[in-house]
Amino acid sequence: MTVLFKIAFRAIQRNKLRSSLTVLGIIIGVGAVIVMVSIGQGAKAFVEKQLESLGTNVLIIIPISTTHAAARGTTGTITLTAEDAFAMVEESAAVSYVSPGIRTTTQVVYGNMNWTTGVSGVGPDYQIIRSWTLKDGRFITQQDVNTMAKVCVLGQTVVINLFGALDPIDRWVRVNNIPFKVVGVLSAKGQSPTGQDQDDMVLMPYTTVQRKIMGVTYISYVLASSTTAESRFEAIDQITSLLRQRHRLRPNEENDFTVISQVEFASTVMETSHTMSVLLGSIALVSLFVGGIGIMNIMLVSTTERTREIGIRMAVGAKEKDILFQFLIESTVLSSLGGVMGIIAGIFTSKLVSYYGGWPSLVSPPSIAIAFFFSNMVGIFFGYYPARKASRLNPIEALRYE
Amino acid sequence: MGAVKVSALQGVSLAIKKGEFVAVMGASGSGKSTMMHILGCLDSPTQGSYYLDGIEVSRFSKNELAEIRNKKLGFIFQSFNLLSRTTVAENIELPLIYRKKTSKVDLDKIHRIMHSLGLGGFDRHYPNQLSGGQQQRVAIARAIVNEPTLLLADEPTGNLDSATSKDVMNILRDLNQNLGITIVLVTHETDIALYARRIIVLKDGKVLSDCPSQSSVLSDPSFPG
Repeated sequence: MTVLFKIAFRAIQRNKLRSSLTVLGIIIGVGAVIVMVSIGQGAKAFVEKQLESLGTNVLIIIPISTTHAAARGTTGTITLTAEDAFAMVEESAAVSYVSPGIRTTTQVVYGNMNWTTGVSGVGPDYQIIRSWTLKDGRFITQQDVNTMAKVCVLGQTVVINLFGALDPIDRWVRVNNIPFKVVGVLSAKGQSPTGQDQDDMVLMPYTTVQRKIMGVTYISYVLASSTTAESRFEAIDQITSLLRQRHRLRPNEENDFTVISQVEFASTVMETSHTMSVLLGSIALVSLFVGGIGIMNIMLVSTTERTREIGIRMAVGAKEKDILFQFLIESTVLSSLGGVMGIIAGIFTSKLVSYYGGWPSLVSPPSIAIAFFFSNMVGIFFGYYPARKASRLNPIEALRYE
Repeated sequence: MGAVKVSALQGVSLAIKKGEFVAVMGASGSGKSTMMHILGCLDSPTQGSYYLDGIEVSRFSKNELAEIRNKKLGFIFQSFNLLSRTTVAENIELPLIYRKKTSKVDLDKIHRIMHSLGLGGFDRHYPNQLSGGQQQRVAIARAIVNEPTLLLADEPTGNLDSATSKDVMNILRDLNQNLGITIVLVTHETDIALYARRIIVLKDGKVLSDCPSQSSVLSDPSFPG
């Protein structure tokens, strides 16, 4: 067997250009397999991470500006209010918690340190909905909301940038020159699946942000949670009809808000990645097939060219299966060489796709194994016919071949 | 080691004993190639039987014939038939790699054979770096490396000049006389045939004459050979 491998390698070395061109089709095919599988798995990992960080029962309600809303004399984006949020939890049975949300970006100052970050006004239930634990201190309470208390809860990134090693609890930070007392510190949550630092954030009572910082009465989103993951559809329906009613939308008017479920968002990602996988899968299939035909073609040329060699080998006692294996190994070595190079190319391409395309990709050992397996199968499948043809030669005729 | 009995080619029947050096002559179409193929187990007779080393091999399958060729036969061809991009040593080794039991290839043995044929130091050369005579000696080395029962030489000097032809024929005679290897030589050259001790002349698939080389029909100046 080792001898047969040696013979195969030598035959491939003999025609380097021809061999590398033959292998090209396999490289593209296997590379596409790797990219396909890694994008599929990357999307899966992305979605899992997304669901893990936000929960399967989390719903986000955001206002959308419609021409109708504007025509009614209101500004499109300010249709959502805190009362809308509380109405949801009171009137929709499938909704268990809500938190009005309002967000702005501003500078936070402590001593001579400053840090520009997102300031989110939230309600007390925000912590429950996002199942976010505190590292220290307390969260925003209903009392804080009612009194528009000048208190805040800091994310880890903000703590590090403003306080360094100091304990921030009960210290005062300034936002828009207003002092806010730090009452709590959130535990670190790390990056969101889209690459945002979730810890780079200051939380305050939404009323405080509305009145003291922004001077507005609307909210920019509502975070809600359904009672269970399964009841989210019910919750979406209930919230939709409730808000239509509260916003006095006529049946022919479009919603001036949208309800996003994390699961639905995730499944959109999955769907897109599935489409991508199908596309890449067909590229992989076609190029593996074409590559295979290339191998078959080259092997047919090679066996014809080497008819006399086959005759000599037969004369000195090579059996049919010796010749068969010799050429089968040659085609398989060719295709697995292409496989190895395709795997390298595929890993590289996956990295490029995720780096430039922002698409999650995950190169896993199973995908490499699958790709390598496929490349070998191509070599065996398309190499079999030429190898069999070679092994069936008549030694007398093969020896006479010029 | 029994006698080699052949019944082929339109009722031709002949026996070649172990240790004989036989030349087969004849014009093209006389059947000498067919005879060579059957003797060399490259082909099976449609009728009749061929006993090689006491074994009836004429009904053997292709694979069984390959095994017989591997174990009991050695071939020397007119065009040398060496693997071009393969070293001399590996060419000689070729029959051994197709052995059923791939025990370690005896490199010492290969070197010994190479040395005895004046090929010492050519291990890593390629056939195209050698002269015709040297190439044919490599082919002889390959033919005897498996210690064959029968060595078949098909026009071994057809591509060589007369001096190298003599060389090659002397080697064959040596192998026959000193090592006792049975040789069947196919040629149409009279002077080459005379190296053998027995000459069989074929014509139209029949034996025209079969006698020791001294009393052969070849001595008859009227023979066109």
